[in-house]
Amino acid sequence: MSNSEQVSSPLLRVQELRTWFHTFGGLVKAVDGVSFDLAPGEIMGLVGESGGGKSMIGFSIMGLIDPPGRIEGGRIEFDGRNLVSLSEDEMRGIRGKEIAMIFQDPMTALNPLYTIGNQIEETLALHTALSARERRAKAIEMLHRVGIPQPEQRLNHYPHQFSGGMRQRVVIAIAMIAKPRLLIADEPTTALDVTIQAQLLRLMRQQVVESGTSMILITHDLAAVSQMADTIVVLYCGRIVEKGPAEAIIARPRHPYTRGLIDSIPHETAETDGPKPRLSQIPGNVPDIRRLPPGCAFAPRCRFATEICRTTDPVLAEQPAGRSSHPHAVACHHPLAVSP
Amino acid sequence: MAAPHPLSSAPVPSRLQRFFASEFFHNYRRNLSAVLGSLIVLGFLFMVTIGPFLVSQNPYDVAQLDLMAAFKPPAWLAGGSSEFWLGTDGQGRDVLASIVYGSRISLIIGLVAMGGACLLGTTLGLIAGFYGGRLDAIIMRIADIQLSFPSVLTALFLMSAFGTGLDKVLIALISVGWVVYARTVRGSTLRETQKEYVQAARVSGLPNRKIILRHVLPNVLTPLIVVATIQVGTFVLIEASLSFLGVGVPVTQPSLGLLIKNGFDVLFSGLWWVSIFPGLFIMLLVFGINLLGDFLRDELNPRLK
Repeated sequence: MSNSEQVSSPLLRVQELRTWFHTFGGLVKAVDGVSFDLAPGEIMGLVGESGGGKSMIGFSIMGLIDPPGRIEGGRIEFDGRNLVSLSEDEMRGIRGKEIAMIFQDPMTALNPLYTIGNQIEETLALHTALSARERRAKAIEMLHRVGIPQPEQRLNHYPHQFSGGMRQRVVIAIAMIAKPRLLIADEPTTALDVTIQAQLLRLMRQQVVESGTSMILITHDLAAVSQMADTIVVLYCGRIVEKGPAEAIIARPRHPYTRGLIDSIPHETAETDGPKPRLSQIPGNVPDIRRLPPGCAFAPRCRFATEICRTTDPVLAEQPAGRSSHPHAVACHHPLAVSP
Repeated sequence: MAAPHPLSSAPVPSRLQRFFASEFFHNYRRNLSAVLGSLIVLGFLFMVTIGPFLVSQNPYDVAQLDLMAAFKPPAWLAGGSSEFWLGTDGQGRDVLASIVYGSRISLIIGLVAMGGACLLGTTLGLIAGFYGGRLDAIIMRIADIQLSFPSVLTALFLMSAFGTGLDKVLIALISVGWVVYARTVRGSTLRETQKEYVQAARVSGLPNRKIILRHVLPNVLTPLIVVATIQVGTFVLIEASLSFLGVGVPVTQPSLGLLIKNGFDVLFSGLWWVSIFPGLFIMLLVFGINLLGDFLRDELNPRLK
């Protein structure tokens, strides 16, 4: 990442992506003018509340937006090719092979009727010319790598014979088996026990680092992202409100929304006799995305909002404080001061 | 040595052993009506496969008929002959032999029509549920319209348009029967496609056709087993009604329904056996199928567990 050559030629470049849903209730701008770059091997955290359009960015990259949704504009350049203009056949060659995706719920992510070996090998059978024997060997190796004991026997087991955490390991194995260059993980640990979450995040990080895969980690869990990601993109109502290097965002958030997310992470405080401080929260709810207020979408919930926030859209602008190769940008009329 | 790991324990039992040890088999054995139903159905299958070799005559080979033996009562009544257990009809046909041959026609029609309806309905249901949109609307509206007519009426209408014949009966039954499958399958398909393994199959680059056949279809089959079983019984009844009304199978290939019709003219002259026995066999067959279907419904419905 410090390598300047990699930064100059990103693996994935999303430019002004607009994915809109024409629903009966009105136009939903789930993704509205989102741009970001992802370098090879980079891990990016995509953070926001539910309904913020996070998952739709992942599905847009995959080319799996179903009607009434549509990619209205923008480019998704992957390795120099604009994915938006590819045909369904061409996209099918990219899905699973070049770009893999992991979902939230390990309970339904595997087909209950096939052995996990069968499901791991399916992707290989689709995208490679390996023989059945070679596929099996690869599947065993992959299960071993994701930390499943006795992979030779486990290969013949069905999903119900695995625990939730083990299933998610299998799901990771399936995603990584074809050595994709980009892994999109959509809330990969949300459905798991807290104790297992950290384990699996570490496993995923190790897997992508070892194979040089880039990763987009979609989550609402800023704590998880802060341990995993190189860069963070914060979304609110389909727009980027802040993006930049992970350390900078966590340590010096500039957008009130990011600040609110960080402040609502519970911290371990020293055991004292006195009452513990109340966990702070962001007041209000995510507004109805079909009827966004004019100006900054966060203004109604923001305690720094002034008249200009309610009338004029803030522009995502780079902040001078950024020292690393990744600029720290924020879309706010009143960015928070950098506390010393 | 360490204790053997639970995963690498004893030899794997065979499929048959596993079936006999399963909860399904356990419940089956304790369910009297299930055992009775399956025995009836097995009895019928036995009868239609090797029955023709056991009965004394082929009722549709004119050379074997003896008009002198017409309208003989069943063997246990005065005037009955031990040669014809259930008596004979107006042409000297053995009623029992007619029933054996007729059951064969009835059961073949029931099974083949069920298979055809299942294939057609499942295909349309999968397409409607998976692709949705306009295709879904068209298929399901046709199904709705069709369901608003009684199935016997629709079949009767189709038969009077096509004319009689075994193949026409099959077409009529299939066009009446596919609707149930389409609706059931569409519902389950909608539910299954929400699950992440279908999404996962999409993101792994599997083409839609393969996703449907490999991932959706096997997961929507279970409720179909119940529908299919019950439907064989329904089809046997509909076919019997059609044949009784004279628009079903031709006289050269009489089903149980046609046998009833043949005896109906003489029913009130005291020659009851020509009609009543085929009727009892239809009743027995449908009864057995329904008992079996009820058991399967209770067993395969996860909500009743």
